[in-house]
Amino acid sequence: MQINKLQVEAIKSGSVIDHIPAHIGFKLLSLFRFTETEKRITIGLNLPSQKLGKKDIIKIENTFLSDDQINQLAVYAPCATVNYIEEYNLVGKTFPSLPKKIDRILICPNSNCASHNHFITSSFIFTKDINNEINLKCQYCEKEFAKNIVL
Amino acid sequence: MRNSLYKKNIISINDLNRNELELVLKKSAFLKEKAQPNLLKNKIIASCFFEASTRTRLSFETAVHRLGASIIGFSDGENISLGKKGETLADTISVISSYVDAIVIRHPQEGSARLAANFSNGIPIFNAGDGANQHPTQTLLDLFTIKETQTKLSNLNIAMVGDLKYGRTVHSLTQALAKYKNNQFFFISPDALTMPNYINDMLYKKEIYWKRYKNIEEIISEIDILYMTRVQKERLDSTEYANAKSKFVLQTSTLKNARNNLKILHPLPRIDEIDHDVDYTPYAWYFKQAANGIYARQAILSLVLIEKHF
Ligand SMILES: [Zn+2]
Repeated sequence: MQINKLQVEAIKSGSVIDHIPAHIGFKLLSLFRFTETEKRITIGLNLPSQKLGKKDIIKIENTFLSDDQINQLAVYAPCATVNYIEEYNLVGKTFPSLPKKIDRILICPNSNCASHNHFITSSFIFTKDINNEINLKCQYCEKEFAKNIVL
Repeated sequence: MRNSLYKKNIISINDLNRNELELVLKKSAFLKEKAQPNLLKNKIIASCFFEASTRTRLSFETAVHRLGASIIGFSDGENISLGKKGETLADTISVISSYVDAIVIRHPQEGSARLAANFSNGIPIFNAGDGANQHPTQTLLDLFTIKETQTKLSNLNIAMVGDLKYGRTVHSLTQALAKYKNNQFFFISPDALTMPNYINDMLYKKEIYWKRYKNIEEIISEIDILYMTRVQKERLDSTEYANAKSKFVLQTSTLKNARNNLKILHPLPRIDEIDHDVDYTPYAWYFKQAANGIYARQAILSLVLIEKHF
């Protein structure tokens, strides 16, 4: 019996987001609104991982994430992998890379930013400062923030 | 000639490339020379001021009238039913966009003009100031005035004085002038109110000279444009403010070694950072600068609303 694989129920078809750092899985579920669907979702938290020590894992049935969604994962889970499953077989594997922009997910730290009190959501683009540090620039108020201030 | 500003939103000076800036300046000069009272006949423009700003509003409204367009709107968001009934900005803009050909918006929150553009159904939005963020027509009138007085926008030495941290006019003007060759920037401000890093970084990346100075006297003989701004009392503690007042107030004696072509600009209102005696010197140009606001706003309105020009 393959104990490791049975820790989270296998899915017939859909996406498996693996190698999510422990404690981030739940955050991803809500941030990316994966729960705003009727699809069956299974989540595993604090599973053993050779790569990370402990990891989270999310399986979403009958859903294939867009490239854009996958890349946005990179902001929180840079070593995550996304596996595509069809008929219980692995048919594809992708690795997120940092996107050019990130919509909806983040909240602008500028308390006077118009993006706060409207139903539309935020939009940030990635920029680099003089020391090559990654910053996020709010597309609404045009303010730039160090990555760790926004995330 | 087709123009690339046609139907564009004018939200941030950073959205305009150098050719588009040139087009606006050319059109401003043309309209200053030759009034075109029928250019926007039959157009209706909404002037939506969610916070009071009398000067900017009157300047926009004058520009609209001079082009022969009609104007509707409100001048203070607090006292209109929209504000009182708690209607969202998005809904307000959606409704008004079905009435008019363009919307001028002033709002206390940063990003509100960009937000409005998401809900205007393709009707162009003109940002007349969104909080501490952008006020692109101010920058256009500043550029127009500099070009008019110096005959060029490159190879200039520009000093900026006062509140460089929160003063959005100096940020936008620096960004715009950085698109032109060989300009040098001299920044003079209290320690607590220096230029933000993102502006300094941008200049550094473009290999543009900038330096901080302690007072205006140090550099007065080297500069072509002296751009004064107000230091607000509440930004500094009382000793700092007293110190700033003495150091960053412009007096006629400071102008002793000025170049002949020097022009002093100020976005107005002025409180006490420029001594009234300076008004009578040939360098004082801030009232003419404010008057130029009409032509710059006429230019941008007509370029956005009419496809073919010249
Ligand atoms: Zn923002």
